[in-house]
Amino acid sequence: MHSKKPFYILVALLFISGIAASVYRGIEHNVPFLPGKQIQSWAVDAKVSFQGTGEPAEVSFSLPNDPAFEVLVENASSPGYGLTISQDKQDRRALWSVRSATGLQNLYYKVTLIPTGTTTVVASVEPSTPQLYIWPATEKEAAEQVIEKVWSKSATNITFAQQLNKALNATDRTQNVELLLSNNTPTKLFLHMLHSKGVPAKEVSGLFLEDQRRRQQLTSFVEVYNDGDWVLFNPADGTQGRGENLLLWDRSGQSTLDVTGGVNSQVNFSMLKDTRSALATSLDVMNNKGTFDFSLYQLPLEEQSLFKGILLIPIGVLMVVFLRVIVGLKTSGTFMPVLIALAFIQTTLLTGLVGFILIVACGLMIRSYLSQLNLLLISRISAVIIVVIGIIGIFTLISYKFGLSEGLTITFFPMIILAWTIERMSILWEEEGPKEVVLQGGGSLFVATLAYLAMSATWVQHWVFNFLGIHLVILAMVLLMGQYTGYRLLELRRFKPLAGE
Amino acid sequence: MRLKFAWPSSLHNNGVLGMNKRNIDYIGRYNPRKFYKRVDDKLTTKQLAIANNIAVPALIGVVREQHEIESIPAMVNNEIGFVIKPSKGSGGKGILVITKVEAGRYFKPNGQEVSHSEIYRHVSNVLSGLFSLGGSPDVAIVEGLIQFDPVFDGYSYEGVPDIRLIVYKGFPVMGMLRLSTAASDGKANLHQGAVGVGVDIGTGKGLHAVQFDTPVDLHPDTNKKLIDIQVPQWDFLLNTASKAYEMSEMGYLGTDMVLDKVKGPLLLELNARPGLAIQIANGRGILPYLNHVDSLGNHNMTVNERVEYAKKHFSHNAKL
Repeated sequence: MHSKKPFYILVALLFISGIAASVYRGIEHNVPFLPGKQIQSWAVDAKVSFQGTGEPAEVSFSLPNDPAFEVLVENASSPGYGLTISQDKQDRRALWSVRSATGLQNLYYKVTLIPTGTTTVVASVEPSTPQLYIWPATEKEAAEQVIEKVWSKSATNITFAQQLNKALNATDRTQNVELLLSNNTPTKLFLHMLHSKGVPAKEVSGLFLEDQRRRQQLTSFVEVYNDGDWVLFNPADGTQGRGENLLLWDRSGQSTLDVTGGVNSQVNFSMLKDTRSALATSLDVMNNKGTFDFSLYQLPLEEQSLFKGILLIPIGVLMVVFLRVIVGLKTSGTFMPVLIALAFIQTTLLTGLVGFILIVACGLMIRSYLSQLNLLLISRISAVIIVVIGIIGIFTLISYKFGLSEGLTITFFPMIILAWTIERMSILWEEEGPKEVVLQGGGSLFVATLAYLAMSATWVQHWVFNFLGIHLVILAMVLLMGQYTGYRLLELRRFKPLAGE
Repeated sequence: MRLKFAWPSSLHNNGVLGMNKRNIDYIGRYNPRKFYKRVDDKLTTKQLAIANNIAVPALIGVVREQHEIESIPAMVNNEIGFVIKPSKGSGGKGILVITKVEAGRYFKPNGQEVSHSEIYRHVSNVLSGLFSLGGSPDVAIVEGLIQFDPVFDGYSYEGVPDIRLIVYKGFPVMGMLRLSTAASDGKANLHQGAVGVGVDIGTGKGLHAVQFDTPVDLHPDTNKKLIDIQVPQWDFLLNTASKAYEMSEMGYLGTDMVLDKVKGPLLLELNARPGLAIQIANGRGILPYLNHVDSLGNHNMTVNERVEYAKKHFSHNAKL
C-alpha cells in the first residue's frame, strides 16, 4: 500500500495556493470579496484659462500626485492644442501647446479619483539640505529671534516644525511674528524659517474635496521631511496632518501653472462626489496599470458571459460529489442534475421545474407509443430528441401566445440530456413501475434544485468568476472527498439495525 | 425515543463496512481494472468457469447482431424454458425469464405470454446496450432454464433463490440466500424487494433475514419461517466460490450461485462490486472478517484449506 502523504501534500498545496491567490486578488487588486460593494469616487475638473497674446502659447500644468488617491480615468479636452503628459521623478505635468492663441483660452482637465486609504506620504529619495534663505535686512533680526526661541524649545526637525507652526498661529503672537506675517504669507514664512535651520521642507498645494463645489482654488501647505516621510503642515491655521478629503494636487515644490505666451492665467476647480461599483473600479485600475495578469476580463464580452456559466459547473459538481459521497443520495445520470441546474439558472427555479416536468411527462407519453414500434435504440433516442425539440417549440409558442414570457426560457434545457432522461425513465417505468420513476426523477430534481441554489447565489457567482483561485480549493475538496472512507449519511439510517449490541 | 439514524461510532464498533470504504479500500485496492471483463461480461465469466471446471447454466446460444435475433425461436425450440440476459448487464436489469415454451408460444413465470415481437424488441434493446454499464453495445446470452432444487420450496416466490457469497482474497467470509418475492417480481435482487437471509459460513444454516433493509422473520408471501433454512451442499458451494477467486483474480468478489436439482450448484455470475446489504441480512458487520483475512498475510493455502479455515473461523459462533 503506497503512502498517502504525497496526496495530502498535493491537496494542501492546492488548498493553500487557491486561498492565497484569492486573498492576493482581493487585497492587492482591491477586487471586493462581496458582490455589489460600492465605493466613493471623486470627479474633479480643472479649468485653466488665460488671455492669449497672439504668440505661440505653452501651458504647463501640474497634475494630481497623491498616494492617498488613485487616478482612475483622466482626460484633457483642449481643441486646437497639442497635449503631452510628462512624468518625471516628482511630478506629472500636462503640457498644452499651440502655435497662436488669441483672446480667452480655456483648457480643461478632468480626473476621476478613488481614495486608497493611504495617508502617509513616503519620500522616494532623501531630500538634500535646502539652501539657506537670505532674509531681507528689515526682517532678519525679527526672524532670527523667533527661530532661535523656537529652536531652543525643540529637539528634532519635526518638533521644530510643530513648535514653529504653533508660534505662527498663537493667539498672543509676538511683535516679531506679527511683523514678519505682515510682509509674508504664513506658508512662505514657515518655509523660510525651516530652511534657515536646514530642515528639508517644500511648499505643496492641495484641494479640499467637497461635493458639488465649483470655482475652488488650491490651498498652500508645507511638507516637512521626517524620517522617510513627508509630514503635512498647514501654517495658515496651525494644523498638522491631513484631513480626509484633502487631495494633494502638486507636490513638486514648483509652480502649479506656467503659461508662456499668455496673460492673466488662472485655474479653477469644480468637483463631484460619486459612488461606483467596487468591482468595476478595481477592474479599471487594473486596466490602467496594465496588470490584468490572469483575469477573464481580458476576454471579449461574449466569451466572458460564456465563462460565467462554465465556471459555475465546478460548484454544481462539488454539490453532486457531496450529495453522493457524504450524504449518499442517488441521482439518475451522474451529472445530469448539474446540467439541469444550469438550465434553471436561465429559466429561474419555478419555471424550470414546471417546464422540466411538462417536457418529461409529454416525452414519456410519446415515448410509450414509440416503444410499441419496436425500434432500434439509436433511432428511438434520435426520435425522442426530435420529439423533445418539438415539445419545446410548441410550449414556447403557446406561452408566447398567452403572453407568458417565462415560457420562452424553456429553450435553455439541454435537449440531448432531456431525451436520455425520458428514455431512462421510460425503461424504469416498464421495469420497476411508476413509483420508481417518481422517486428517481424526484431525487434528480432535488439534487438539481440544491445545485441550482448553490450556483445561483450572487456571491457564489461573484467568487467563481473573480477569484479563480477558488477553483483550486474546489478541486482540493473534490479530491479529498474522493478519499473519504467514512459512512454516508443515509447509511447511518440504512445500517441502523446493525448499530445495536 | 428511537433514533432513525445510528451513530457512526456504533456502526464502526460493530464492524459495518460503508459504501465509500468498500469502494476505496477493497474494490479499488484488490480488484484490478484489467480483470473486470472476467466479471462484468457474463459470457467471459461463463467461458472461464467452464475452462476451470466450474458448473454453470447451459449455454443455448449467443446473439451478437440484430439479424441473428430471428434465430432465437429455432434455438429454443426444444427447451422447456430459457433465460435471455445481457452479457454486460448489472443489477439484474434486462433479464427475461421464460419458464414455459409451448408450440412456439412463450410464457413468463407468472403465466403471462410473451409475444415474439416483445422478445425481439427486448433482445434488440440488449444489443443496443440499454442495460449495459455505460450504454456500450452488448451481446445477448440465451441460457437454459434452471430447474431449481425443491429444497427451497415455499421459501421463494416465482423465482430462483440464489446464494451470494462474499469471497475476500479467496476466503468465503459472508453468505446470504436471496429469495424472490411478489414485491421483487420474481427477481433475486435485494433493492428490488427480494428477501435476504444471512447464512452461517460454518454450517449453511439461516441466521437472520431482511427485506428492504429491514429485518423480517417470515417470508412475506409464503409465511415460512426464514431462519429455519438449511442450504444443502454447503461445502460444495463454498468450494466453488473460493475457486472463483483463482479464476477471476478479484480480491473482493461476490459470487452468485443457484442449486439445480439435476446439475447441483451452478455459478450464475460474479460481481466485482457486491452490495453491502449482506451485512444487514447477517445482522453483523463484515469488517472483522476482512481484517482477519488481512491478518493472515501471505499464505499458500489451497482452495480446500481456505474453505476449511473459513468454516472454522468465520462461523457465527466462532471467536474472531
